[in-house]
Amino acid sequence: MLKKKTTPAKNPKKPAKPKDKTSTKLQELQKQRERHHVIMQGNEAVAYGALDAGCNFFAGYPITPSTEIAEILALELPKRGGVFIQMEDEIASICAITGASLAGAKALTATSGPGFSLMQEGIGFAKITETPCVVVNVQRVGPSTGMPTSCAQGDMQQSRWGSHGDSPAIVLYPDSVKECYELTIRAVNLSEKYRTCVILLLDEVLGHMREDLRLPDMANVRVISRIKPTVPPHWYKHYDENQKYLSPLASYGEGYRFHVTGLTHDALGFPTNKASEAQDMMERLRKKITYNIRDLVQIESFKMEDARIAIFAAGIVARAAKAAVAMARHEGIPVGLLRPLTIWPFPDDAVRKMLRDVDIVVVPELNQGQLVREIQRLVKDRSDSKLIKIQRVNGKLISPTDILRKLKEGM
Amino acid sequence: MATIPQKIIHEYLRHDKKFPHVWCSGCSNGIVLGAIIRALAGMDIHRDDIVMVSGIGCSSRMPVYVDFNTLHTLHGRAIAYATGVKLHKPHLKVIVITGDGDCTAIGGNHLIHAARRNIDLSVILVNNNIYGMTGGQCSPTTPHNAIATTAPYGNIEPDFNICELAMGAGATYVARTTAFHTQEVQNMVKDSIEHPGFALIEVISACPVIYGRLNKKGGAPQMMKDMRDNSIPLAAVAKLPPEKVEGKIVRGVFRKEIRPEFCDRYADLVKRVQATGGEEA
Repeated sequence: MLKKKTTPAKNPKKPAKPKDKTSTKLQELQKQRERHHVIMQGNEAVAYGALDAGCNFFAGYPITPSTEIAEILALELPKRGGVFIQMEDEIASICAITGASLAGAKALTATSGPGFSLMQEGIGFAKITETPCVVVNVQRVGPSTGMPTSCAQGDMQQSRWGSHGDSPAIVLYPDSVKECYELTIRAVNLSEKYRTCVILLLDEVLGHMREDLRLPDMANVRVISRIKPTVPPHWYKHYDENQKYLSPLASYGEGYRFHVTGLTHDALGFPTNKASEAQDMMERLRKKITYNIRDLVQIESFKMEDARIAIFAAGIVARAAKAAVAMARHEGIPVGLLRPLTIWPFPDDAVRKMLRDVDIVVVPELNQGQLVREIQRLVKDRSDSKLIKIQRVNGKLISPTDILRKLKEGM
Repeated sequence: MATIPQKIIHEYLRHDKKFPHVWCSGCSNGIVLGAIIRALAGMDIHRDDIVMVSGIGCSSRMPVYVDFNTLHTLHGRAIAYATGVKLHKPHLKVIVITGDGDCTAIGGNHLIHAARRNIDLSVILVNNNIYGMTGGQCSPTTPHNAIATTAPYGNIEPDFNICELAMGAGATYVARTTAFHTQEVQNMVKDSIEHPGFALIEVISACPVIYGRLNKKGGAPQMMKDMRDNSIPLAAVAKLPPEKVEGKIVRGVFRKEIRPEFCDRYADLVKRVQATGGEEA
């Protein structure tokens, strides 16, 4: 289990300060400040976020640009009595964290595009067996090996539909180092609460960008852990129809002796071919998300109150968009930004409202149109008249001036 | 034939829920399952502390029938899931049930790395020389020249020697027997669970309905007799001339040695790091 932090979560590359044995109150305060105010990379923020969320198991495989997450956890997890293991590939990594989670661990893995593709079958297994786990995907340019050190947002649709069959998806998308920390904690919490594989998508630039942030006191970090069953073993249902489908989860070795299978199963977890039971299972997976959509969807609305033009963007592109909003406002153009922190389930209601309120929607993204598909799905007349698309997949970022220029062209 | 006392059936099988089973008549999987539960019944381990993990295939259906903590995973990945379970709760006894295709084709990578790490898993590999569940395709242990639906003109590939593969990768307990020799299976299962390290038992099994029919093996009783007649104990190999050993199934424990186990090594690492606060890194 995670022990309360005694050392500050400082940048490991920073030279260690000379030790002074006479610990005064002032030094204590200084120490606390160090914990609170730090400069770190997005990848580091993910690693420390995972630790603060109570992650005690990491299995992974080296891949650019996510490797720092594994490196930091290799350093930090043993100190806290947690497990770090480098597996033989990404498939083994997702399998190992799922197995560990069934034994009671809070488990996480981190990867990038090629590894994320390999993990898809295992992600589907975690979803159908409703096993909590978190996969961090620091996206790079694809397809295939692509450009390993360049930024892209090409896995947005894959994170929703990557594994075969219909399955729910919870995918979070931070736009700053601070949010990397916060959304990692949220990803772990949601995985525990909803008993599913939660995906955290990072942009390559975000993973490697350094920013300062204030880490909260551990007392102010809200950590959610899975509900444990209170019934005797022979009453335990591994997939109980509890309120809003958030049912308790036993771990191996606790006397419950349940069965877990990737086959379509009944409420006890045993394989079934009955249409009614198959229907129940699929409905359960779907409703778990749709009944709780208010809890899952997070969205940031920036200067949207009087906007006639809206920019809809996620991650690092939203940072450029925010600057574009300020530049446009300076010129007297009423522009706002709508930014999803949760990209799946998609914030349909917020986007519908945006489409009602504004005349033009600008969708800049680092892919060939993955986010804009969802906007198009929600545009009633399906004509693209109101949409301005900015798409780029050459490894270069979209700048605020790019957005502003396109926006003015479309006005 | 060994008689199974009612008590064991009631204690160890999900007898009221999951039967009848999916296996064809004449299949060896039931024999192997019987040997496993008799071995476990004779040991001082609580059912709550046993985790049975499997992949995909005929033998991998085994966990659903037993009243342990059971995990039926993806094709080829049983050992990877088992690694996660074992590492998080090292006190659990983790048994992996797998087949020749599951473990040596799609899951070969996990097999060799788990063996290399010497993580304390008992892998029971039921080798029926074919993909039974999908209807008789060629596996890495389908003998040269044997018929499979994907080798209708005879298999041109050489087959794997699974025990040598496991030993080459560093497994510390490696044994082979056949489903005919049930007492041997039972003893080896017990041995492998007691062994502190990566253990692999290859159980040669009969698949009369798929492999047997395709290769005209003469039905289940004949295939059982073949396992009896075509196998020789390891102890006898040294005394026999090489031509009498050629083509036979050699049964026995090929390796049993003690090397540091992975979970122990990890616990040591944690202890060392916590003592110094991670200063050495």
